Amino acid sequence: MAEFATVAPARPPDAAVPPPPSPSGEPLWSPRRRERLLQLGFLVPAVAYLLLFFGYPVVQNAVMGFQEYTTRTFYTGEAPWVGLDNYTAVLTSPVFDQALLNTVLFTVGSIVGQFGIGLAIAVFFQRRFPLSGLLRSLLLLPWLIPLIVSGAVWRWILDQDNGALNRFLGGLGLVGENPGWLTSTSLALIAVIAVNIWIGIPFNTTILYGGLQDIPGELYEAAALDGATGWRAFRHVTWPLLRPVVNVVLVLGVVYTIKVLDIILGLTGGGPANATQTIATQSYHLSFQEFRFGEGAALGNVLILTSLVFALLYLRANRQVSR
Amino acid sequence: MAQRGAVLGRTALVAVAALALAACGGGGGAAGGGGDVTSIRVLDYYNNEPDRSVYARTLDACGQQAGVTIEREVVPGASLIARVLQQASSRTLPDVMMIDNPDLQQIAASGALAPISDFGLSVDGYADGVATASTYEGQVYGMQPVTNTIGLFYNEDVLAQAGITPPTTWDELRTAAAPLTQGQRYGIAFAANATYEGTWQFLPFMWTNGGEETDIASPQVAEALQLWTDLVQSGSASRSVVNWTQADVKDQFAAGNAAMMVNGPWQFPPLDKVEGLRYNVVRIPVPQSGDTQVAPLGGETWTIPQTGDAARQAKAAEIVACLNSDENQLALATERSTVPTKTALREQFVAQVPKMAAFTEQVQTARSRTQMLGEKWPEAATRIYTAIQTALTGGASPQQALQQAQNG
Repeated sequence: MAEFATVAPARPPDAAVPPPPSPSGEPLWSPRRRERLLQLGFLVPAVAYLLLFFGYPVVQNAVMGFQEYTTRTFYTGEAPWVGLDNYTAVLTSPVFDQALLNTVLFTVGSIVGQFGIGLAIAVFFQRRFPLSGLLRSLLLLPWLIPLIVSGAVWRWILDQDNGALNRFLGGLGLVGENPGWLTSTSLALIAVIAVNIWIGIPFNTTILYGGLQDIPGELYEAAALDGATGWRAFRHVTWPLLRPVVNVVLVLGVVYTIKVLDIILGLTGGGPANATQTIATQSYHLSFQEFRFGEGAALGNVLILTSLVFALLYLRANRQVSR
Repeated sequence: MAQRGAVLGRTALVAVAALALAACGGGGGAAGGGGDVTSIRVLDYYNNEPDRSVYARTLDACGQQAGVTIEREVVPGASLIARVLQQASSRTLPDVMMIDNPDLQQIAASGALAPISDFGLSVDGYADGVATASTYEGQVYGMQPVTNTIGLFYNEDVLAQAGITPPTTWDELRTAAAPLTQGQRYGIAFAANATYEGTWQFLPFMWTNGGEETDIASPQVAEALQLWTDLVQSGSASRSVVNWTQADVKDQFAAGNAAMMVNGPWQFPPLDKVEGLRYNVVRIPVPQSGDTQVAPLGGETWTIPQTGDAARQAKAAEIVACLNSDENQLALATERSTVPTKTALREQFVAQVPKMAAFTEQVQTARSRTQMLGEKWPEAATRIYTAIQTALTGGASPQQALQQAQNG
């Protein structure tokens, strides 16, 4: 599972456990003590890196959420403490309710779609057929295109009057009036979710395909002897053995999806009429469009806390995998 | 591989914190103190042609005149403010800094800018709205050589064929847009997207009808929004306007998908490249004939940040003054299809560039976005575009949409 090593915070080895009270008379530089110090020394770079690049921004952001942090602050350094005012402001704003609902719908919709399609494709590619390797690598394409670029292309495809999708549907005679994929308040969120699913499929397929490769072929042979093939083989062999990987994929998927910003900004900018506004886009808007950095930070903290819950779930799932 | 970031990855807020982090490093550098000033650091966002090279030439000429070399940094428009804030907190602000005019008050409020009166400069003789945009609490903090606004572009061939003259009032706009809508083509296009661009395009309609950003739930604002809503719901304008930027609107117009559009003179260069497109510009229609047009002022203002080095600031002031000389105002306006801000230059300018007549006329009575609300403008602008989007997508009547936005 080296795949995930980059994401999981380094698990401190035994060094973190306080040393047992040494019996009297142990010399200061005993070999044991030296080894312990050496172990700690190896930890220092990782810990320093985490504190500097993860700890500091998170703490700074948490503090900012309690301050009146504006453009002024950047020059004067003055950021008056305002207690929970920022939280009250963002949590009671009418946009918050809609943004929260949109965030939940966006996350659940994206995950269900990405995972379902990703799993289907992964299972499909388990069979060997001509060009399967090439096709599988082509699947990675959405992942390789910069999000802003794919956002722009999808905007063209989904355009109401001249978009390729509506031209196609119109040509087939499926729709009478062109649906406003990005311009109708009832369709925009669905369209944005669909695009996000397209982006997320490669990730899900790749990880799940890797998990499937780890399942020994003999198990399928044994199951086949017992009469379990097709769906039953999937249900009783594939699924239980894939479960740990599935957990990891789902938890990571949630964490990645909940904070999606660029694709929404590229497609709709949170519009029309906040129909695709999520907590992430609203937080961006407050900070960088309205310059209310304190309120933006408060909303960002809400997002971070939510992510944290899923991050803990991920750590648990990850532990199960390595067992 | 964006998706591989760590758990807390790239939420926008962490980016803010990163900005602050960057602020803690750095420092020093700018304030050399004393000595001869041989170079001046300039920050702006003119990263597209022709603006980029026009300003490169003008700045270099001004530098030569002041006896300094220009070290120019050009950042994309969207990242200018982030860069300015970062430089403000690390005390590495450039000597000359360009700011989009509605952002000036935000930056001036922080105390990062020097009043131009410190250097014996003033904006006497500038259009009122332009001077106001560069003013914060009674002090002028920037000098804007050229300005722009938006007008009504029309496709000359299409209107001639339909026997329609460019509309001057709202009623004429309604009645002209309907027959101009045919097949693939809409009568009119405008930008009503969920950004300040949408608000900016709506302002001439709202202000001319007597609406104010201090109270957007007024009948005057509602009437203006009703006009836009009618245009969309009658099919004279595409429903896609809620997702169009001004660049998208220009593309639609250039492709012949719109007979008229609301847009600004910065679209002249791309439009002039379109073969077979003959177009012209008139003032944005007013509610009743004879009403005074009130359009929003665009353009960027040049400021002198507080770098703590008097000698450098004095040189910087020379550069800013040079950019604003009569000669350079006219040259910049001509080359960039903008309007000189000194009222005395207008006649000469329109004689030189007749195509800019409608815009130049509008600028005389135009207003700055921050005139009434100052630093609070972004909040009001957000409310306005939210109400526009709600009304155009049929979520509520214009009056209700504005009321909701005002309360929210």
